[in-house]
Amino acid sequence: MESVIQSIQGVPLNHYILFSAIIFTIGVVGVLIRRNAIVIFMSVELMLNAVNLLLTAFSAYRGDASGQVFVFFIMALAAAEVAVGLAIIVMIYRNTNSTDINVLNRLKW
Amino acid sequence: MFTHLVWLIPLFPLVGFLINGLGWNILPKGAVGFIGSLMVLLSFIVSIGIFTEINGSAAKSTVIPLFDWIHVGNLTIPFSFQVDPLSSIMLLIVTGIGFLIHVYSIGYMHHDSGFAKFFSYLNLFVFFMLLLVLGSNYVVMFIGWEGVGLCSYLLIGFWFTNPSYASAAKKAFVMNRIGDLGFLIGIFLIFSMFKSLEFNSVFPQAANLAPNNSIVVLITILLFVGATGKSAQIPLFTWLPDAMAGPTPVSALIHAATMVTAGIYMIARSNILFTLAPFTLNIIAIIGIATALLAATIAITQTDIKKVLAYSTVSQLGYMFLGLGVGAYTGAFFHVITHAFFKALLFLGAGSVIHAVSNEQDMRSMGGLSGKLKITYATMLIGTIAISGIPPFAGFFSKDEILAHAYEHNKLLWVLGVIGAMFTAFYMFRMLFLTFFGKFRGTTEQEHHLHESPASMTFPLIVLAILSIVGGFIGVPEVLGGNHWLAGFLEPVFHDSLMKVHETAALDHNTEYLLMGVSVAGALVAAIIAYVRYAKNGHVPVPDTAERGALANLSYNKYYIDELYDFIIAKPLNALSGFFYRIVDKTVIDGLVNGFGRVASEASKGLRLLQTGNIGFYIFMMIASIVALLAYGFFNI
Repeated sequence: MESVIQSIQGVPLNHYILFSAIIFTIGVVGVLIRRNAIVIFMSVELMLNAVNLLLTAFSAYRGDASGQVFVFFIMALAAAEVAVGLAIIVMIYRNTNSTDINVLNRLKW
Repeated sequence: MFTHLVWLIPLFPLVGFLINGLGWNILPKGAVGFIGSLMVLLSFIVSIGIFTEINGSAAKSTVIPLFDWIHVGNLTIPFSFQVDPLSSIMLLIVTGIGFLIHVYSIGYMHHDSGFAKFFSYLNLFVFFMLLLVLGSNYVVMFIGWEGVGLCSYLLIGFWFTNPSYASAAKKAFVMNRIGDLGFLIGIFLIFSMFKSLEFNSVFPQAANLAPNNSIVVLITILLFVGATGKSAQIPLFTWLPDAMAGPTPVSALIHAATMVTAGIYMIARSNILFTLAPFTLNIIAIIGIATALLAATIAITQTDIKKVLAYSTVSQLGYMFLGLGVGAYTGAFFHVITHAFFKALLFLGAGSVIHAVSNEQDMRSMGGLSGKLKITYATMLIGTIAISGIPPFAGFFSKDEILAHAYEHNKLLWVLGVIGAMFTAFYMFRMLFLTFFGKFRGTTEQEHHLHESPASMTFPLIVLAILSIVGGFIGVPEVLGGNHWLAGFLEPVFHDSLMKVHETAALDHNTEYLLMGVSVAGALVAAIIAYVRYAKNGHVPVPDTAERGALANLSYNKYYIDELYDFIIAKPLNALSGFFYRIVDKTVIDGLVNGFGRVASEASKGLRLLQTGNIGFYIFMMIASIVALLAYGFFNI
């Protein structure tokens, strides 16, 4: 355990933050600009994992295990969310023969 | 002992009201009439007990507290009753005549579907009237005052399916309300000046004040405004003739014998305040005599038998106010008593006539009834003589006392009073002759149906006729060899006022004989004129369509006072309401409210365009908002 922590701390904390921010931004931009529902989903996962990484890094640096516990929760939640989300996407595909979110633009005024 | 049972007196009619009011569709008619009359009879018995006790004992005024009612800051209003000579006599009148009229109603209202409703209202009225009479402070009196107004409204509008009856009830209620406002403000002023509303506390304080205190003058004027509403004086008298829309027993009980005298009772009760305000007394005397004459001149051309009696009541009430105005408190109250006897008698007699001729009220369709309605005729003749002021019947003594005091006060008032008395004799005998003399002028169907009323209706007539004959003997003046028992009995009530009154030289006996002679002769002359015109020559008032002389027309149409009020009050009020309705309400307020709605709806119409249906756009807005919020938190703008 000690060695893992030491190897994590081997990289400066700033790098983790920067790295997470880049991945998170990629996820946000992916959600914003892509139209394929599945790709949007993957971008959401990117965001979640960027957060996970940051939590773990802080947890290791501060010697507080609760950050890592949070990561487990987030993983469980993400799994549940993917299950529901994919089911919705499957239903959308069956109805519209496409996974393009702009096809579903009837929900207005 | 009876004095401490005084709370029973109002309780009985209240119980009767509850029983008849709740059991209106369960109880048979016989039980309803029996309970209603019995409750008032029980009150009457207790009232007799109280009266004999007061008459026999030295303590003339007792206050019986029932419970503490209002207690706020320095305002304490107990719910308590005052038993003294004034209230004990009023108790006898209200419960005694009330009982007779209840008995009468059993016969009169027998065919009516609202029989139980009628009796419960009557009992409620008696309850409130007793509260008014018994209250030992202005607030309890005011409850009774409002309560009798309510019952009057309910009973005038008893046959409310007829719209004109319902509007007569509304008219009575609204006009009373105008007077009540004056009374209420007067009560507030009394409290602010004397820090109490108890009679026992206000009057002794007032007795120590100097006359012409401006606040006292204001208070008395406001109280008098209240009295003009309730007791039908100028300018608020027009409701009383319209109140004849109610069943006849109601007219007899409420609009002749008891409720309309409440204003006189209230002023007699507050006599010390009025004695300190000679200015108000002058106004009262002027209004009183003006009302007496105005109503009397209207009465001489009316053709509806109840309308004649209604204007006669207004006129007699005017005499009572004249009595109050010239400081003859005893005389005014004496007239309240005798008037209660003979006017209740006349109304009940008129009811008996109306009952006999199948609800016809127009005297032009009556006539020649003396043969068929012997008891009614005899009793109404007695009532007519009594009201005309012919000795030794009751009305002579009381009216003469008022006129004698008026003569002491101002000779002109006396002259006008005698003229009014002549009018009184004329229209009353005119009514009598038109109704009972000559030939029957109604339809043959009505003629076949003619019958004397049942015993339950003639019994009260006979009792009241006897009272109308002997009622005056309680106040035989000294000059006629009496000792005026009533004046002595009421002396404790009016004591402070009598001390204050500037002592005028009492009239010498010759003057008094002369005054009496003139008024009696005047009444007899008027009666003879009526006899010649309506009985001997068989003159019948012309139909509504016929032309009348200018004066007769003026009188027949009640001086167009209703039309005048309509023109100067109702029309401008309606116009003002129309203005507020069209301009203020429709344009300003509705515009404002609709404007808010329009702004909201227009704004939403614009905003909903943001809902494009493009999910990417939604997410972008979401993220932009989050970034903005974060920026806000981060930079702490």
